[in-house]
Order: sequence, then structure tokens, then C-alpha cells
Amino acid sequence: MPRKKPQASRTQAASKPTAKKKVSKKKASKKSTAKKTGTAASRRQGGLFDSEPTANSDRPKKKTAKKTAKKSIRKSASTGQGDMAIAEKMAAKQKDISVSEFFAKNRHLLGFDSPARALLTTVREAVDNSLDACEEASVLPELIIDVRATESTQHVVTIRDNGPGIVREQLPRIFARLLYGSKFHSRKQTRGQQGIGISAAGMYGTLTTGKPMRVTSRTSRRKPAVELVLAIDMAKNQPVVKKESEVEVEWAHGTEVQIELEGTYKKGKHSIDSFLDQVSLANPHVKIVYSNPIDEEPITWERVSKVLPDAPNEILPHPHGVELGILMQMMKETSSRTVSGFLCTEFCRVTPNVVKKVSDETEGLGKKIDTDRHPKRLSSADVKILHKGIEATRMMAPPTNCLSPIGEELMAKTLRRNFDPELVITVTRQPSVYRGNPFQVEAGIAWGGELPGDDLASIFRFANRVPLQYEQGACAITQSIVGTPWKNYEIQQARGALPTGPLAVLVHIASVWVPFTSESKKAVASYDEILKEMRLAIMEAGRKLAIHLRKKRRLADAERKKDYIKTYIPQIGIALQDILTLSDTQRTKAEGNLSEVLERSRKM
Amino acid sequence: MAKKIAKSYIDRVKRENAKRDKKTITSIENAADEIYKKIMRKGKPMLRFPVRSLSNVSYDKRKGYLEIGKARKERTLTVNTVKGFAQTLRMMGLSRELVQTNDFATKRDVYYQSKNWAEAKFSEQSESDTVMDDIEALFSVDDVSREQLRFVPDEHGGAVAGELVVLDPDLDTGEVERIDCTRFGSGAYSIPSSVEHLSFETKAKFVLAIETGGIFQRLQSHKFWKTADCILVSMAGVPTRSTRRFIRRLSDQIKIPVYAFVDCDPYGISNIYRTLKVGSGNAAHINRFFCVPSASYLGVTPQDIIDYDLPTHPLKDVDIKRAKDALKNDPFFQSKRQWREALEQLLKMGVRAEQQSLAMWGLNYVIETYLPAKLANSKKFLP
Repeated sequence: MPRKKPQASRTQAASKPTAKKKVSKKKASKKSTAKKTGTAASRRQGGLFDSEPTANSDRPKKKTAKKTAKKSIRKSASTGQGDMAIAEKMAAKQKDISVSEFFAKNRHLLGFDSPARALLTTVREAVDNSLDACEEASVLPELIIDVRATESTQHVVTIRDNGPGIVREQLPRIFARLLYGSKFHSRKQTRGQQGIGISAAGMYGTLTTGKPMRVTSRTSRRKPAVELVLAIDMAKNQPVVKKESEVEVEWAHGTEVQIELEGTYKKGKHSIDSFLDQVSLANPHVKIVYSNPIDEEPITWERVSKVLPDAPNEILPHPHGVELGILMQMMKETSSRTVSGFLCTEFCRVTPNVVKKVSDETEGLGKKIDTDRHPKRLSSADVKILHKGIEATRMMAPPTNCLSPIGEELMAKTLRRNFDPELVITVTRQPSVYRGNPFQVEAGIAWGGELPGDDLASIFRFANRVPLQYEQGACAITQSIVGTPWKNYEIQQARGALPTGPLAVLVHIASVWVPFTSESKKAVASYDEILKEMRLAIMEAGRKLAIHLRKKRRLADAERKKDYIKTYIPQIGIALQDILTLSDTQRTKAEGNLSEVLERSRKM
Repeated sequence: MAKKIAKSYIDRVKRENAKRDKKTITSIENAADEIYKKIMRKGKPMLRFPVRSLSNVSYDKRKGYLEIGKARKERTLTVNTVKGFAQTLRMMGLSRELVQTNDFATKRDVYYQSKNWAEAKFSEQSESDTVMDDIEALFSVDDVSREQLRFVPDEHGGAVAGELVVLDPDLDTGEVERIDCTRFGSGAYSIPSSVEHLSFETKAKFVLAIETGGIFQRLQSHKFWKTADCILVSMAGVPTRSTRRFIRRLSDQIKIPVYAFVDCDPYGISNIYRTLKVGSGNAAHINRFFCVPSASYLGVTPQDIIDYDLPTHPLKDVDIKRAKDALKNDPFFQSKRQWREALEQLLKMGVRAEQQSLAMWGLNYVIETYLPAKLANSKKFLP
């Protein structure tokens, strides 16, 4: 191998600049589509899949470009002089890295690390995308989900929605994409968080079973449905339409996808059953019909609301939430010609007056930044000072009308439907802000009924209506539930543990930008502002619960004491008669008096 | 003539018993009557119990025992206490019945008897024991003991050997059983659970109360009681109520000193000896019946460990804690300078020695050397 080393190092000089250029170009294009009308328009067309159907012929190349960039950066550790011919040869070779290889190496990142999780991830992605598509099209979502075993470790997953459908031309492109998130820079409350898309699930299916996926979509009652059997050309990372046909379906519009994949079906906390149950909790307007390989009858969650949630507005980022790197990026990409103009147009709550204050702040930080300069001409040191200046400037909190909470009433309805409890309490807090990001917390408690009384409370965590099923312990929601003084609310709680009792606790955080602890987006990060809001929401619900429980206990006590009087007074009568040889009349009189005295004192 | 004496003795015992029983019944009836009258006036009846905790205990040198203080707690009949009230009254009724039928019941018996009380029955013996303790405390104010209430302990009594005749009248046959404690061969007389009716004849000079069965057996089989002219009592650890009451009655009737011979460790001193002499802290309401104020401490003393060069073991943490607790909280030890010094000496030495450690100098060293030497100088006993 000694010969290879210089070769590898030589590539750096040649390939790095190209890669860099491509990366920035990619980001720029993504940015613009996300920020401007692109998102909404394209999503309206979309059906099941959240990837954008904007025609973008260089998409696969970008993917490769990114890989190349990564590789060359890694290799740049050892430096050397470049030889153009070899470098180009290398670059050509690097393009050939297959998606399947990439996929196989990154399974765990994408949620396909175990057979049980693969099945769940497939359903999760499909459900998220379907719901977003239906809501974009203002259709009350109805999902029909079927999971069927073909072998013990192989299942066919079929998911159908009643969304707007996807036009024929777009269908294959959607499936050609892997790991594309349109929502990264968008300041809007959205579901799709994983950034994987169901295309990854389709690819996983093909990789593990060799079977292509089948997609059926119908956009209108007037047109027949189109069914495609799609395979993926692993080498080129391109879709291959294996079969295309028009089919008769009984549904008017919507999209159905069927994927056969290697996966095991399991019950329990991390199951599809549990996931859908939680989806139904946070989405009162959704109807789900679900068949699984074990239960004979399908499970149905009827919608409890016929009203679609208000479509969340998109807002510009607030200056207090922007990180330095992103600020630098934004300044490079902006079309504004002054820093002042840039700040005013690309952020919310920034006026020329605010810009002046920022400029004044920078003076105290070592260098006054002239906000009439061209944003692209600022040195990175200047941007750093500007960033600090922004942080130090007081400004109005971002608007909060961009959030769409579940709402107290509907949350109560879904809790009732799913748990049939004795009591439901729901709290929706006013919106609040952390690091320039508006967010809103809701909490719901279901108590009693069929809920098991001796177990720890069940916790249901949601971020933008999406259930969080993993890493419960690391989540701010769990922390705030554990940190709540449940004993004050008549609920048992061991030190540092979840409360014990017939209790289900739901906490939802809605935000344009939910902070997660890690890239896998399984747990909400513990920002002080967020923890505080969560705690306040849970405590408010807890106080209401306590009122109910105390009343209940008082009534039970009164009842028991009434019984007490009836039960034990005759015994006192017997004893007194025995010791003092009283007559029966005397005994009866004494018992009567005693009842009277005790009843009187009880009422007081 | 013997028969005549027996008759008069039996008559006397009967008279005393009748007197005691009458007092018991009167106490019970008075308490019940008070409650009844209050009910008839449509008031809330209440029971007054002495507070049973160390905070309500004092040591009176003249009286010679740990005495319960004046603090009382009232238990008013309310909705919350109605069950306990009913159970207390039913148990008082049972006690009255036992006196009337001249019978007795152990704690376990009472628990099973309560099963006839319909809803007022106890579901655990611990519940009935608590109510019994309450009743005992309630009537201790009237000088009525648990035994007089006819509730007897099921615990085993101690053993007695030596120059003592116990007179045990059989009230049914009218005969008095004369039990000669010298005539048990290698065995011993076992103290019954109720000792109130017994009386004694003896020419012995003192009573030796011994902690361990081992030493008792040695002294008994070598007839130490004959050489030393004494009565041997085996306490087998902390003396039971009947053992304490037996020694107490013995010392009351025949006015001879009681010497305690126990291990030299905080347990032997502060638990066994202290309980024998002044009673226990947590049952102070009964101490007046169950203490032996005339008792003194023969050994093994901390000084003996040095004088007799005894083999020792280091004090355990629990021993140190017990000794410190005695010095700090126990009104008896606090009032005796010699004891404070002895306990401090023991703590300083950091060791303990058992009675049987004397065996190092020969198995019968305790009989031949140690006890005679100690007895020759009884003024040096610890108080």
C-alpha cells in the first residue's frame, strides 16, 4: 500500500475545491426552495412522500458530491502535491459508491438497525408523510395500514392515505431520493423530522428482500389510479419503473405504498401498535384503521374532531435563535446588499432601529460593525462580533401564531377514547420562546379507569404531534415529569422516579424548531425555558388532578366513617351492657345517643 | 395443726384475692360507668391513658424504680377512634369475665377470644397486644396490674434452686402445696406465670440472681446455695415479668438482699440489671410491680476484669452505643455516681467480660474463689 498514500493525498488539491463549490451550491438551492414558495407549492402536489417533487436533475450528482467532499476532507490529513490525472481518476471512482453500500453502513442512523425497528420506521415515515400531505391538501386524514407476515422475519407493509395523490411523472423521482429533508431551514411547525423519507424504507425493502415496491396513486375521481412497480438502480441511484398500469380502485384519491421488507413484528412500548395509538392521541382529526399480523380484527381509531388543525404559519427566524455558522451561511447567500437590509429582510422582529442597537452593541464588543457594508464582505471575525451583538441586543419575542397546539378540548377527547379513564385533565400553556424559537407546551393526564394502578405512570411524549418512542430517560419531558412533586397531588412517587398509579401523562411540545438531544431526534433537549414550561403545564394539570382526588377521598372517607359508626357502636353497646349489666332498653338508648353524637361530630 | 395453718393461709390468700378481684372489677366498672354516663348526657366519652414514653419517666431514689410521669393522653371517642374504643371496652368486659370466673388468658388467648366479637375482632395479634397494653396502662393508675386483669404473659419464667420453700395454695382443694427448692435434685423449680398468691419460707441470707443458665447450673449442681446459704434464681437474659415479680415478692416478704450476677457488658448492666432493679423504660407504668429496688450488683464489675485478670472481648459498636445511651438518657444511671464511673471505666477499657470467663482460672473458680471473695465484701457492690 505505500504507493497509494501519495495518490490519495494528491486528490486533495484537485477535488476539494470542486466539492466545496458543489456543496455550497446544493445548500443554496435547498435554502431557496425551502424558504420561498417552493415548499408549500410542491407539498401540495405531493402525496405520501415528503420529499420535494421539484425537478432537479442534478440531485444524484449532489449526493455524490457530498460524499466526495467528505472523503477528500478525510484524506487531506496527509498533504502532498496533486497529480491531475490520478485525481480525476479517483474522483470518477468515488462517484461509483453505491447507495446500497452507503445504506448498509448507515442503517442505524436511518432507523433500520434492528428488524423490529425497521418495520416501525417504515410505518412511522409513511404516517408522517401521509398526514403532512393530507393536511396540506386540507383533507381530513384517513390512514389504512396493513402489516402482514410473509415469512417469520419478512413482512409486507401497506399504507394508504386519502391525500391528494401524486401525479404519474413525479412518482419515480420521489422514490429516487434518499436522505433529503426540505424542512431543515424552515421555521415552521412540521411533522417530518426524520429527514429520511419513506424512500429509505423502500430501498431497505429492496435490499433485504429483493422485492420492488409498489406504489398506487390517484389524484382525482375522474382519473383512474396509476400503479407503478418501482425498483432502484443501486449503482446509479435512480428509480427503475418495472411495470406501469392503470388500475381500478374504490378510493377517490390518495396514495398507497406497499413495501416488502425484512423485519419482525413485536408488541410493546416500541411497537407499531403503540406508535399508532400515540399518533391518534396527538392527532384528534385522524382516522386510522390498522391490521397487524397477530390480532384477527383490525384496530380502528375513529377521529374525535372533524376540524383540521390550523395550518401552521411559516415565520422568519428570530435573530436570537440563529447560530454563528448559519448566520455566516445566510450572509453569503443573501441577495441583500447591506448588512442592515439583510437583517431586516431575513429575520423577524428586526427593524432599522433594532439594527442600530445591534451596531451600538458591537461597539462595546471591540469593533463597531458598519451595517451599511455588503454582507458578503464581512470577515468571519466581523460576523462573530455581529453575532455577539445580536445576542446582546434586546428585541421583541418572535410571533407565536405560527404554532398549532392540539388544544385542551381535543386532547381530552383522545385521552378519553384511548384510555377510558375516570378523569382527564388537559392543559395548553401560552406560547413561549427559547433562543428565539417560539414553542408551546401542552400536558394531559388520564387517571383511573382501566389504567393499571400499581405500575409507574405511562409517559407519552410528542414533538409537533409526532410520538417520541425512544430514549425516554434522556428527554426533557421525562425529566419534567420526574421533577414534578406528585406527592403534593395525592399521587405516589418514589424519589427520582416516575409517579406510580393509574396514570397516563401526555406532554406535547409544538415548535418551529424542536431542540433534540441528538441527530436521531428521539428526545427533547433540556433548555431551561422548555423545562420550565413543561413543569408548569404538568403542575397545573397535577393541581387539578389533586382537587379531584381529594374530593374523591373525602367522599370515600365519609362513607367509610358512616359505616364505622354503624359497625362499631353496637359493639360498644354490648361491652357496656356486659360490664355494667345494663338492660336492653338502656343499651339501645346508649347506642342511639352515641350515633347521634358521632354523626354530629362527623358533619362538623 | 399444719392443716389449721394451711386453712388460715388459704383463707388469707382467698381474702386477699377476693379483695384484689373486687378492686379490679370496681376499676373496670368505674371506667365503663364513666363512659356510659357521658353517653347518656350526649357528651363525647373519653379514656385517659398515661403517656408511655421515656419522656414521661423519672427515677425516684426513695421509691427505687423508674416511675411513669403525670402526663396523660386523652382518647376521645370520635368516628376515627370508634373501632379502638369498641375493642378496648370489649377487652375490659373480657377481663371482668375472667376475674368473675377465676380464669386467665394469655395474649394469644385474648386474640382468639376476640374472634367472637363480630366486627370488633382483631385481625392480627399485634393489634390485640396494643389494646391490652393500653388497658394495662389505663388501670395501672388504679394499682391494678395486668396479672390482676387476668391477662398473663406466655413467656417462660426463670428457675429457682436453694434454701426456699414456696407455699402454693390450691384454692380448689384447700390444700397448700409446700415446694422445697432444695429437693429438685439436679433440676430446679420453675417460676409460674402468676406469682401473686405465693408465699415463702426461708432462712437463706440472700438471693443470687444469675444471668446465664451455665453459671446457674454450675452453682446448682455444686449446691452452692448450701455453702453460701442462699437462693439461686436463673434469669436467662432479661428477667421476665413473673421472674421479676417473684424476686420482688420474695424480697418484700422475707427482707433479704438480692444480688445480681451478670456479664460485664452494657447489655448485662443496662438491660438485665437495670430492668431487674428499677424496671424498664418503655413499660414504666408497670415498673412499680415489677422492680426489685433492694437489688444490688455483685459482678462482674469493670474493676473485676482488672482484679481477676479476666479474658475479654472488645466492645462492639452496639455495646458502646448502649453504654453511652445509658449515661446520657437513663435517669437511673444518671443518679448513681458509682455507676457513671463504672460505665465510663468500661468504655475507657473498651472491653467486655462474661461471667463464664472466670472459667479460665478453673471451672469451679467462680464457686471456690470469686463468689466467696465478693460476698465477703458486699459493701463494694454497685448500687
